[in-house]
Amino acid sequence: MKQSNYALVIIAGILLAALPWLNIPAFWQSFLYIVFYWGVLAVSWNLFSGVSGYFSFGHGAFFGIGMYTVAYFCGHLELPFLPILILSGLLAGFFGLLIGALVFRVKNVRGELFALLTLAVTFVIATIVLNTPIDGGPGVYLNSVAIPKLGPNAAASFYLMMLLLLIVSLLSAIWIYASKLGLGLSAIHDDEDAAEVMGVPTYRSKLIGLFISTYLAGMAGGIQALFVSYVTANETFSISVPLFVVLMSVLGGTRHWAGPLLGAIVITGIQYFFTVGDSALFGKMILGFILIVVILFIPNGLLGNFARSRAKKSSLQIVQDILKKNDLPQEKKAVSKKDQVLLQTKDLSKSFSGIKALQNVSLEIYQGEILGLLGPNGSGKSTFINVISGHYPATGGQKLFEGNDITALSAHQIAAKGITRTYQTPRPFNELTVMDNTRLVASYAGNVSLDEASELAYAALKQVGLEDKADSLPSDLNLHQRKFLEFARALAAKPKLLMLDEVLSGLTPSEINSSVELIQKIRSQGTTILFVEHVMSAVMALADRIVVLNHGQMIAKGLPADVMRDPEVMAAYLGKKA
Amino acid sequence: MPSLNLLIQSAVSGVLLGGLYGLIGLGLGLSWGFLGQINLSHFAFVFLSAYLSFEFVNKLGIDPLVCLIILPPIFFFIGIFLHWLIRRFRITPFNSLLLTFGLTVIIESFIQWIWTADFVKLQTSYGDKKASIAGIYLPFAESMAFIIAVLVAVLVHLVMKYTDLGKAVRAISQDPKMATAFGIPQAKISLGIAGLCTALAALGGVCVAMIYTLNPSQMYSWIGVIFAVVMLGGLGNPFGPLIAGVVIGVSEAVTMVFVNPSWAPIVSFSLLIALLLFRPGKL
Repeated sequence: MKQSNYALVIIAGILLAALPWLNIPAFWQSFLYIVFYWGVLAVSWNLFSGVSGYFSFGHGAFFGIGMYTVAYFCGHLELPFLPILILSGLLAGFFGLLIGALVFRVKNVRGELFALLTLAVTFVIATIVLNTPIDGGPGVYLNSVAIPKLGPNAAASFYLMMLLLLIVSLLSAIWIYASKLGLGLSAIHDDEDAAEVMGVPTYRSKLIGLFISTYLAGMAGGIQALFVSYVTANETFSISVPLFVVLMSVLGGTRHWAGPLLGAIVITGIQYFFTVGDSALFGKMILGFILIVVILFIPNGLLGNFARSRAKKSSLQIVQDILKKNDLPQEKKAVSKKDQVLLQTKDLSKSFSGIKALQNVSLEIYQGEILGLLGPNGSGKSTFINVISGHYPATGGQKLFEGNDITALSAHQIAAKGITRTYQTPRPFNELTVMDNTRLVASYAGNVSLDEASELAYAALKQVGLEDKADSLPSDLNLHQRKFLEFARALAAKPKLLMLDEVLSGLTPSEINSSVELIQKIRSQGTTILFVEHVMSAVMALADRIVVLNHGQMIAKGLPADVMRDPEVMAAYLGKKA
Repeated sequence: MPSLNLLIQSAVSGVLLGGLYGLIGLGLGLSWGFLGQINLSHFAFVFLSAYLSFEFVNKLGIDPLVCLIILPPIFFFIGIFLHWLIRRFRITPFNSLLLTFGLTVIIESFIQWIWTADFVKLQTSYGDKKASIAGIYLPFAESMAFIIAVLVAVLVHLVMKYTDLGKAVRAISQDPKMATAFGIPQAKISLGIAGLCTALAALGGVCVAMIYTLNPSQMYSWIGVIFAVVMLGGLGNPFGPLIAGVVIGVSEAVTMVFVNPSWAPIVSFSLLIALLLFRPGKL
């Protein structure tokens, strides 16, 4: 499917490239140039912002950096155009990296704040350009810069350059949408915290995505600078670039690589219609109106439903391909070495501005065992899982995994070491299919390619009985199935340590029985399990040993029967005798 | 090195201007904090109100202070209508940002259509009035904006803290569903807050018209500084935006003494970035 998209774009590109030699009317050539230009900007914006949900309102800033790179180096310093064009992309890209490196470090800067910050960046860049010799106020003329001769005339050269850039942008977009990076960014879009815990290196993924996006925007700015041949800060850094790219992408649909291009064609057409009628102001008003109507009535965009059915189909295709091969990886029989410590915590502590959620918890989990973690509500069980998984950094103490210190590692690195978890309330990535949810985790946490991950994912789905639902979206599943999807995701990564956070709560007795069987099966394949649960019958049936927390402190550990008779444990659950 | 007098004068101007930042920021912050909406069209409403004041004063000869009384009620109902629309369609916070972005562009085009893109200035005798204390000038319009900002902040604070209405509002912002379950008329109160925010935009707009020369596309240049004010000031406390506004206003004014005034947008942005990096929890 991916290959056919590449071929489609390249063939269409070659056909369009032939047009300047076929004597098409100058009007159509210039109209197509404008479409390509907005196409590049919208597609490049969408391949990061649309996929990851980090809507940048600062695309104009990166585009403007490209424009002023050409304006300064070609206009002022009279350097040749083509090498500077490459530089314009690079400068925009590196500036994107710089902004990203600053703001992505801050956990609170999610969608809305990112949008506002990037909008502010645009005005800062404009201020710098206006107050330095880069422009200084009057604007920069580029009339004397030589236009590279690619086509029969200058207009054709611009047409061909922008067409080439559009093809590159579309190919990048197709690649991202089908790649591990794109899948990771989609997960960030749906639930960034869960994505990080499932092994997606969120910080790095966002930086790479932003770099590609801003690089292409900078290139578009470079070409456009020479095309308009007179660059001013007010025009360059106006609100229209961010407005148009957001509008085009939202209108076309951010979930499909071609959505922004479709949006660009429609909007450019409307815009052209009104400019011809000499009512540009009215045209702008109409655009604002269209944005509102789209948000209210088709929030997923024109290609939204199409993109969804395509995603389902491709998940189904993956399953069929795997079934054709019919040589699923064989399950290894466990070599259980119960005397070896897998995970050890030493005085592990976590406090939230004064509230001590975990205090000096020292315990060890042995290879191949099922350790039950018990305690009343608020005793620190979920915090313990969150600290082990790296979601919360520990405020004190140490975590050792297979003898190595993992205290300072971030969540995705810990996931890649072989520690996965499930959430008490399932947190699937809602816009991804069951298959994509599962193979995403398998690929990132298991450190394998997407193709390999697909097989692991299918095996995991089969193990929990969701193989028929591979092409469903999480919203189509019931609670039991969603909990099993959590299982499948955690299993597909072939974890060494699996942490289950109240997987049984809210299930019916027969669902509990099937879950208990599943957990036993997982353990028999060699996975060590940490098991937080309130359903005591299941705990007694499954756990080899039990640890009890109360007020963040460990009050007992040992064999289930012994721990249950411990007076302190009874007091924690039932209250002390007066 | 500039004279001490010039520095003090700049700082005082910064404080007064900061009041206006706080006034506009308060409306934005209230709708963000209590309604979960990021209302970009707040800036468009500020400018719409500014242009209406210009029209009333220059064309109809109405006193600008009268605009302070007639415009806020009108905008109150516009705000209510807009929020009613947003509630009806159950829009996510992020989409509310996009929707109000569209609305901003529409209002900007509308202003440009009626009043053109040329610069206009509200003509009033208040423009020249200023008090002078120990050689430091206090211009009338700026001082008025500052006093309004302080009064509004005090009023909002008192209402939030001491009335049942205020408690209901705080309950809604913490958990709207639970608040509704306990009998708080969430829909009505949200509409009221939305109306209040837009009315505050109208107040700010009259002040903007009295202080500045107007141009429709200028509304975008306010976005950076006002969001910096809101983020610095936090969403919980009505005095937050006012204090943050004064901090930013003074930093801008004092910086301008040393460098070219056209560098102004950098100041608030640098403060914002510094805040993000060193006190990320505050946002």
